[in-house]
Amino acid sequence: MSAVPFALLDEQSKREIRRAILKGIAIPGYQVPFASRELPIARGWGTGGLQVTLALIGKNDVLKVIDQGSDDSVNAVNIKKLVTKTTGVQTTTRTQDATLVQSRHRIPEVPLRADQVLVLQVPEPEPLRDIERSEFKTKRYHAEKEYSGAYLMLFEQIMRYNQTSQGADYPVLVNGRYVMNPSPIPRFDNPKIHQSDALILFGAGREKKIYAVPPYTNVESLAFEDYPFVVEQFEGKVCRETGLSDVFLDELTDEVTGETYYVCNDTSYMQEILQQKVAAK
Amino acid sequence: MMQEQPVLSIRQLSKQYGDGCTHCQHEDMKLEKNFCPVCKTVYACRSVSFDLYRGEILGIVGESGSGKSTLMKSLYFDETVTSGEGYLVDYENGHNNIFTESSQMKRHIRNTILGMVYQNPMLGLKMDFSSMSNIAEKQIAAGNRHVRQMEERSLSLLQHVKIPVHRSKEAPKNFSGGMQQRVQIAKAMSNNPPILLLDEVTTGLDLSVQADVLDLIKSIQRELNISMIVVSHDLAVIRMLADRTIVMLNGEIIEHGLTDQVLEDPQHEYTQQLVYSLL
Repeated sequence: MSAVPFALLDEQSKREIRRAILKGIAIPGYQVPFASRELPIARGWGTGGLQVTLALIGKNDVLKVIDQGSDDSVNAVNIKKLVTKTTGVQTTTRTQDATLVQSRHRIPEVPLRADQVLVLQVPEPEPLRDIERSEFKTKRYHAEKEYSGAYLMLFEQIMRYNQTSQGADYPVLVNGRYVMNPSPIPRFDNPKIHQSDALILFGAGREKKIYAVPPYTNVESLAFEDYPFVVEQFEGKVCRETGLSDVFLDELTDEVTGETYYVCNDTSYMQEILQQKVAAK
Repeated sequence: MMQEQPVLSIRQLSKQYGDGCTHCQHEDMKLEKNFCPVCKTVYACRSVSFDLYRGEILGIVGESGSGKSTLMKSLYFDETVTSGEGYLVDYENGHNNIFTESSQMKRHIRNTILGMVYQNPMLGLKMDFSSMSNIAEKQIAAGNRHVRQMEERSLSLLQHVKIPVHRSKEAPKNFSGGMQQRVQIAKAMSNNPPILLLDEVTTGLDLSVQADVLDLIKSIQRELNISMIVVSHDLAVIRMLADRTIVMLNGEIIEHGLTDQVLEDPQHEYTQQLVYSLL
């Protein structure tokens, strides 16, 4: 039994994943099929994002892993451990210091730079899946740019709730061609994909698809003429710890007083602001 | 004399399932009905040609397996034809064969010029989506992106087909068969298509509901001057609706003419049998 290769996967597998990534970058928003290897974690727990990360990571990379805005939750910690054990790379929680950011369901509050890569974990890459179960047919819809199904989903939500109720994974049109699931990030993060400085990669391990939004690509959230796209509103609500109001907030309940309060969802950003405040004092 | 131009012309439409063999491609081929016993090829439609004029209802009758539904599915591009030509006066002025257009263009024709009502509402409706959304689907597909406009249109159509307003946001799966069929008709009409295809729409409905649906179809035709093709194996339905009638047997048209003529004075042996056994 030979030693575990650098970044766990054998070179052949990594090459295949990189090829899929390149194709994805060449056709923004198009879902490229790939083999999706078995990993020490189960499919559906970030294996798509992890394989993209493992295929890209080099010895000089600095890795940050986020799970719904948190650097310290189980999924993030385990993925971080696996990557460091097999590569020995540095990890960080500061978004600015990372070269590679793997994330589940959030895009960091700190704007990403052109020299950084964001990898998002995707549970369901197909935006038309709820309308059409057959992959054969959805592939054909993409080929023909037939996206009325995606609009129909939103229309049905408006009929039922008088507003679009899609909280996360709100479909976007990439580069005027492909409709794409941006992974279950809140609507709040959708505008960050548009004309992003950083390369954004999407990996769906269970569904065996990789897709990409290259830097400076037009990404438009689907909407109707009289029902424009809106992000979550936090009017009058501020983070209890930092006082920030222009960030994505989590709603929590104080278990002692039963009172509702809000905190910044991006924990590393919150910590940084708090440290700055301490330093200022 | 000026000849009226048909809204739809079908020429030599053929649809077969299977490749055919030397036995069944021979000039005087011997088929068992429409089936080749040697290579098992099914000839569902054989050289079907007809015209449909503005505002008329064309009836198609025939026994099960005679190719009626295959013909309808071919016209709505649910099935690809083996050979044949079709021309729509509302598409490129009838210059282009619709069966050889790209799939995008076929989808465009489907969404703007044709409306289809299937025998089984499961095929025509999304059962879990509200009736409003079902009707809006065709408008969305045709490029409409204005919610209020589509909502108003859907509501007025639902009223037209007598679905109570308070049930308009309910899903068709909660509806009775007759209501589902009426939602399907409303959906088919949502883009004011010049041609409506109706495939056995009243089959399986009880008599009073049948009468309702037939009334509705007749009134739509009178008010909006829409051309329709009505497929049915029920001669009473054909007698009530159709101006002209085509009789199909084993994938071929064996007789056609004015409905009264065909039903009162059938020429072909099979039509005679059909008319006298049912009336």
